[in-house]
Amino acid sequence: MSCTVKIASPLRSYTNGAASVNAKGASVTEVLADLERRFTGMRFRMVDEQEQIRRHIRIFVNTREAKQLSEHVAAGDTVHLICALSGG
Amino acid sequence: MHQKLSMSHTLWIATRKGAFTLKSDARRRKWNLSGPQFLGHVLHHIVQDPRDPKVVLMAAKTGHLGPTMFRSTDRGRKWTEVKQPPAFRKAVEGEANRAVEAVFWLTPGHAKDKGVWYAGTSPAGLFLSADGGDHWEPVAGFNDHPMRPQWAPGNATPGGELLHSILVDPVDAKHLYLGVSIGGIFESLDGGRNWQPLNRGIAADFLPDASVEFGHDPHLVVQHPLQPDRLYHQNHCGIYRLDRPVREWQRIGKAMPKKIGDIGFPIVLHPRDPDTAWVFPMDGTSVWPRTSIDGKPAVHVTRNGGKSWQRQDKGLPKSQAWFTVYRQAMCADTHKRTGIYFGNTQGEVWASANEGESWQCIARYLPQIFAITHAV
Repeated sequence: MSCTVKIASPLRSYTNGAASVNAKGASVTEVLADLERRFTGMRFRMVDEQEQIRRHIRIFVNTREAKQLSEHVAAGDTVHLICALSGG
Repeated sequence: MHQKLSMSHTLWIATRKGAFTLKSDARRRKWNLSGPQFLGHVLHHIVQDPRDPKVVLMAAKTGHLGPTMFRSTDRGRKWTEVKQPPAFRKAVEGEANRAVEAVFWLTPGHAKDKGVWYAGTSPAGLFLSADGGDHWEPVAGFNDHPMRPQWAPGNATPGGELLHSILVDPVDAKHLYLGVSIGGIFESLDGGRNWQPLNRGIAADFLPDASVEFGHDPHLVVQHPLQPDRLYHQNHCGIYRLDRPVREWQRIGKAMPKKIGDIGFPIVLHPRDPDTAWVFPMDGTSVWPRTSIDGKPAVHVTRNGGKSWQRQDKGLPKSQAWFTVYRQAMCADTHKRTGIYFGNTQGEVWASANEGESWQCIARYLPQIFAITHAV
């Protein structure tokens, strides 16, 4: 199952500057695992060691915010990895 | 012990917005600023490995992203992200989730343990790398110690709960110290498997019971490299000295001028003289401005193990200079005539090539400075 992943600028050092990449997976967990295989280190910057999405990271599947990593992802969906405001 | 005259000096500067270096030849008259590297990254510590100076580690995060670490094997020209940054073990059911917010402190291991490094984090966690910083594992002896929830219960400083001042005894690689803000000073005699508080004699004015065994706020603990039984520390509540095997700290800050007091963040030791130490006092009165006192910054030095202190402010601003020097932002070099350096919250780096007798500003307009370390 393939989706499009929109990459926020702070994470593009992992994607060689790409703002959008394709990924495989039927859930946010699987999509992030696919990204981690290709872009090592990226996942830990977004998800901590207790499997919690970090405070200033937001993940959306299309326009629906994924509060849990188990959120379903369908073929053709767009997953947005967003860096929320964190101060100056 | 002092370095050869032909050697150059490098200051690694970790700031709230990236990394910079200042480099000088052995004369230390002219400093060249380079950077930024990792512009926009929050960097708490950059440390070059004295056992293998090609290796440099950098503790990093950004405003949005979680913590990581970068590693260089060519003295900082190129950096790669480490493969496994410090992370707590997965919490078991019923246990509080602990996740590393920032890597705050880096310490190279014992001289004979090539490739070993220690890291301290916020919230307070101790981590070990055995491969030069590329992979990190939690040190269960501290992180899972039955008393850890009491020793480091998450009483955060404004920068979070911090584990810092990881000291490795040069005589015995298994003899370790560390500091927790807020929590206290702890000692291990078995390579980190077990720990004991080491806080007797230290004031804790912010607690109702001043005689507590832990819960103190050591800002920085240092150990003399040639006389490792001698420790000094700058605490939230004073300046202290300890000569092991004694377990009770002596408040040597009582000898500071009364109108200056003995509150501050950093303390720096002379690399060869265990009786000489420098501090940068700050205003810890009333609401704790934590600025230079009366807007008149000054270093103070003791030459006799804390029996007396002298003010050193020649060349520093005489008034209206309200900066702070954080705990990791002051260091000494290894030159025959010891150089002292500090960076401040206004992005200035000040240097003295004569053991604090006079000062010059060698960089300004940098971001807020968190740490300065010296390397050759």
